[in-house]
Amino acid sequence: MNALVAFPILLPFVLIIVLLIFRTVRIAGYIALAGTFLLLMLSFVLFWMVRQQGVVVLQMGGWEAPFGITLVVDYLSALMLVVAAVILLSLAVYAPRFLPGEISITRFFQLFFALAMGLNGAFITGDVFNLFVWFEVMLMSSFVLITMGRTKDQLEGGIKYLALNLVGSMFFLAGAGLLYAKTGTLNMAHLAIILRDDCQAITMNTTAILFFMAFGIKAALFPLYFWLPASYHTPNIVISSLFAGLLTKVGVYAFIRFFTLFFVQDPRFWHPLLLIIAGLTMVAGGMAAAAHYETRRILSYHIISQIGYMIMGLGIFTPLAIAGSVFFTLHNMIAKTNTFLVSGMINKARGTFELKEVGGLFRQSPLMAVLFIIPAFALAGVPPLSGFFAKFILIKAGIENGNFVITSVAVITSMLTLYSMIKIWNEAFMKVQPANEYASRSFRKPSFGEYFPSLFLGGISLLMGVFAVYLFDYTLEAANQLLNPDLYIETVWKGGTGK
Amino acid sequence: MNSVILQIASKYIKGLLLIFAVLALFRGHNYPGGGFIGGLMAGLALLYDSFAFQAFQVKERLGSKPERYIAGGLAAVLLSFLPSVVGGKELMTGMWISIPLPVGEPFKLGTPFLFDTGVFFIVIGVTLVFVFSLTQKDKWK
Repeated sequence: MNALVAFPILLPFVLIIVLLIFRTVRIAGYIALAGTFLLLMLSFVLFWMVRQQGVVVLQMGGWEAPFGITLVVDYLSALMLVVAAVILLSLAVYAPRFLPGEISITRFFQLFFALAMGLNGAFITGDVFNLFVWFEVMLMSSFVLITMGRTKDQLEGGIKYLALNLVGSMFFLAGAGLLYAKTGTLNMAHLAIILRDDCQAITMNTTAILFFMAFGIKAALFPLYFWLPASYHTPNIVISSLFAGLLTKVGVYAFIRFFTLFFVQDPRFWHPLLLIIAGLTMVAGGMAAAAHYETRRILSYHIISQIGYMIMGLGIFTPLAIAGSVFFTLHNMIAKTNTFLVSGMINKARGTFELKEVGGLFRQSPLMAVLFIIPAFALAGVPPLSGFFAKFILIKAGIENGNFVITSVAVITSMLTLYSMIKIWNEAFMKVQPANEYASRSFRKPSFGEYFPSLFLGGISLLMGVFAVYLFDYTLEAANQLLNPDLYIETVWKGGTGK
Repeated sequence: MNSVILQIASKYIKGLLLIFAVLALFRGHNYPGGGFIGGLMAGLALLYDSFAFQAFQVKERLGSKPERYIAGGLAAVLLSFLPSVVGGKELMTGMWISIPLPVGEPFKLGTPFLFDTGVFFIVIGVTLVFVFSLTQKDKWK
């Protein structure tokens, strides 16, 4: 039964082989749809197993914990797997309808599943070096995805993306090397055993700062986020939405995992640093989003702003705050992807992403307006949508713990979010269409297949808000597991080979 | 480039490199070598060929697209997981069978070798994709 843990990696792997063999475009869409649906079911099964057992462990190749590679699924991993699978499923429906003719759907889905494999691998691995490998899998497949349209600006964006992320990978590798030299292990549970009661906190900070830089680049934190706005607006909207929901969140996941499991020796240094960086990230991203008038650029800067909230919870470091971080990450993955999906629909209707050139969409398609307003208000934090509860938990945790500065920054940044969302709403939907070359395009209402993914994700945003109590219970459970990792360590360390 | 010397030399060097590639693949489990190095050597042989001749000639001679090599290699890697699943062991556990030889030590064949063979073909496929796309004229809009 525990062998199921490896399947979120194996299933995309099988699908890549299948898509390399059956290259017919017509079939590829269905294979991807069936594959992502299976992945979602699999993630639910794993989530159910985690609810039964607490932590599910697979020792690859029968090598016991510190020697082999361990795959571990706990509450945090399982929740991330489920939400990532939801996004992958909705994009498998969306992609064939929005990819331009020159990008082969088969090739897109091969790389799509390579990205999915890296993503799932990063979520379930229990080994630092293995995490690095999955990061590289994601980096390579996403670089090819960015440059798939073969335009010059995509090449430019792609090279900036690759170069800056490789710097991050180098920091990661250097950090892993130092960690191995200091402790003699890279197994996360073993590291936790060694480092949790470490008195020599200062010597560990040099290693932790390397990981901080690496994950800061991956997660697009304040002074390290420049690759994101340089690249996210260049590829096709399907690929942008794929990245928006998933890539930076893996960095956040790694942050949460590392800084709750074993880099916990020196909280008086790390927690203020995380809070300062989180606040700066929120404000910098929010301000830049407010200044732009191109939907993809607004939304890209807005991703950065939202990363700040997730790191804020980690900086406050109470069970409630960590739960808020996890809740916020899950909510943000869904809602953020959804806003990108809707901006793709706006682009399909008008032929441009420039907000100044479009307008009048509310009159032509009220449905599209509703589809936009759900994730936009969810991101801004309007009840009863998911974002309200995510922010509420974080702000409550901040006030309870006495972190008033970061809490007020978070509240003010919400205003900036609301401003940039209302800007898109006013410009694209409410304003009269300006008389330009885009006005004469014949308007075609989005077909069911085109708006269904957005409706699906919007529905989930709404349900996450309405049934926030249940989701909050799970995220709190995840936070408790993260803050008291005894079960995690024990399950990995006792072998867990099932024999 | 169209040099007769290079073309004739390439015939022998290609053969030699391929032999060494397979050798490196075989000894890889216990000694330096393995699927990756072997694959690189085999890829090098084909790269040498594409210098001596035209890339499209090499493509014709191979008879199948380099993507097929990647697919085949990945499938072999996947296949190497199967014995451990069927045998009820942890996933990716190495399983061995030994074939007695008339002289000397018995010949040991295991799933790591299948895995290595998969890597071998993936590396060849990837090298060929690189070579073919670098010798082509690519357009960026």
